[in-house]
Amino acid sequence: MNPEQAFRNLAGDFYTRSLQPGPTENTLILNMGPQHPSTHGVLRIVLELDGEYILRADPVLGYIHRMHEKMGEVKTFAQYLPNMGRVDYLHALAWNWAYVGAVEKLCGVEVSERAEYLRVVTSEMNRISSHFVWWGAYLLDLGAFTPIMYAFDDREWLLDLLQIVTGSRLTYCYFRFGGVSDDVTPEFVEGTLKWCEHMRERLPMYKALVTDNVILRNRCEEIGPIDLDMARRYGATGPVLRGSGVAYDVRRAEPYSVYDRFQFEIPVGTGAGDAMDRYLVRLAEIEQSLNIIEQALKTLPEGPHMHEKAPKRLKAPKGETYFAVEGARGKIGVHLLSDGGKNPYRVKLRAPGFSNLSLFAELVRGVLLADAVSILGSLDMVIPEIDR
Amino acid sequence: MNVLGIHIAIELIQIVVAVVVFLAFIGVNVLILVLMERKVAGRFQRRPGPFEVGPHGSLQTLADAVKMMAKELHTPGGADKILFWAAPIITFAPVVVCFMPVPFGPKYLTGWEMNLGVVLILAFSGLGVFGICLAGWSSNNKYSLIGAARAVAQSVAYEIPLLLSVLAVAFQVGSLNLSVITAGQGSWPWQWNVVVQPLSFFIFFVSTLGETNRAPFDLPEAESELTAGFHTEYSGMGFGVFFMAEYAAMVVVCSVGTILFLGGWNGPLVNGPWWFLAKVYGLLFVMMWLRWTFPRVRFDQLLNINWKWLTPLALLNLLVVALMVKLV
Repeated sequence: MNPEQAFRNLAGDFYTRSLQPGPTENTLILNMGPQHPSTHGVLRIVLELDGEYILRADPVLGYIHRMHEKMGEVKTFAQYLPNMGRVDYLHALAWNWAYVGAVEKLCGVEVSERAEYLRVVTSEMNRISSHFVWWGAYLLDLGAFTPIMYAFDDREWLLDLLQIVTGSRLTYCYFRFGGVSDDVTPEFVEGTLKWCEHMRERLPMYKALVTDNVILRNRCEEIGPIDLDMARRYGATGPVLRGSGVAYDVRRAEPYSVYDRFQFEIPVGTGAGDAMDRYLVRLAEIEQSLNIIEQALKTLPEGPHMHEKAPKRLKAPKGETYFAVEGARGKIGVHLLSDGGKNPYRVKLRAPGFSNLSLFAELVRGVLLADAVSILGSLDMVIPEIDR
Repeated sequence: MNVLGIHIAIELIQIVVAVVVFLAFIGVNVLILVLMERKVAGRFQRRPGPFEVGPHGSLQTLADAVKMMAKELHTPGGADKILFWAAPIITFAPVVVCFMPVPFGPKYLTGWEMNLGVVLILAFSGLGVFGICLAGWSSNNKYSLIGAARAVAQSVAYEIPLLLSVLAVAFQVGSLNLSVITAGQGSWPWQWNVVVQPLSFFIFFVSTLGETNRAPFDLPEAESELTAGFHTEYSGMGFGVFFMAEYAAMVVVCSVGTILFLGGWNGPLVNGPWWFLAKVYGLLFVMMWLRWTFPRVRFDQLLNINWKWLTPLALLNLLVVALMVKLV
């Protein structure tokens, strides 16, 4: 066997080789990722191609598995808190909230009213920053280089604001059992309201320049349609489900915290649940989040940022609890099981990205390679959340 | 020695000199263009662009070129070594020849005066895709192969409306000599062919975007789908030569566009090569503008634009022009 032949035989690993036998002989096994510009991190997809048409797609997970659930079992309740910012780094505060909420529910800890408002404000700001990253990256997937710079420019201002209150810019650990770690300053309130005004000027410009572009429309419309039945079968949540026309939002369906006090709409897709619907839903959500932030800041109650009765040392009773919040990507759930010890007995994290990604294999069957990139982008993946 | 022999010798020396001059011209222009592209992209994206090397980053591309030359030329395992390294040269060489019949100025500034200048440029610009095809095939990389397949389909498709739009001008002028076509247009913008044939210019410009693989038609190297397309496996100057070929091809098509439609070196006040270069760079700026503004089209959409719209439109345009030439 000559060296070249040996090289060819070694090509591929378990996943690529196990996908090898195709329906016809004229197919190509293409390995997309874990290092690929548009798989957003370390997602790997093994594709079987006929020309540029995809016959089969097989997502391979686990490249950034960090045992977050196992870590929960060996850390105390408070020690586990910083892990939450690392599960989904784009919407860290929603994960903060899901975990803190679950612990508060389990232990019966009350939260001060001001802290509830601050949680709403910061979490919604974080949702917007997450949607901005998605927006820029999705257009980058579609070959438009410029929008991401505008998105990151606006996001930069937002991160500066969040840095004032939380002290960090990406992996926040701001929520505490019974409140939040720090109170806001008047500069933050003023700056955020000013930023909201700025965003209301920018969003119509983005619509005119990007959303209404005919090339973008052709790349998104009728691409990757998800019907209601399919969304249910895979347990899709968040903008993916709402893009298919279901107005399911945890903030409205199972109101937690003070969300029932604010006026906001649940944007839903009007078409076939295609990539364009998901795109429009996310952009509309940015506006709704701006509404919530403005309402919350204008009615921000006075008071302490931590509840007076918040426990210095947490004593968890024996029991089981589940708490869900609405993240940027869908329903984030934390299932907590305690045996009365200082550590949780078991933590189960429900990542919306995992369910949304499972749609991918069915969606891309028979589409072009370029459409697969568009579909993957429209599902808004954050791989660390999927692998946990 | 007879007279014919001396003529051939003079002609050959002239060609050699011209090729050397054009190589230098390409080198300088690529350096300027890469910097311009990055500066333009920067301005479009709310950032200053390269700013560290030299005043306002003006020496950035020079530094990049040094870096590129210093890099190892790596041949991937399983690649066809000869074809793999021949491919960048095969892509680059025809572009140099394309400059030969281009009249840069009113006198003496033409590499090789010839009656079939347009044909020569079209013939040699079509050869570039041959190198891309070889690069994709010999890399032993699936992304490269898909990129090469796209490049071939795209070039073949977009050459047809390009040819038809160029023919429309040739019909009108009655010559394929670029110097004659330039001389047929006046100094002022309303005396240029673009006023007579705006549709031809539009078809020509859109086709050149497809022909030079520029965004929004940069599918052979679509980075979000194919990582880098046909030049995925190239390192150092292997990639550098492809890069130079792409920019040189842009200069060629913009030069041809300038000559055919925008009056070449004709311009208000004083005719000369400065007008030619100004117009070429104007067209290049529009190309960059498009690249940093639009998303990329999908491959089937790209071919649909060509076969369903551009080619029929170009044919119709040619028919109308031919009819008008006969009637007027």
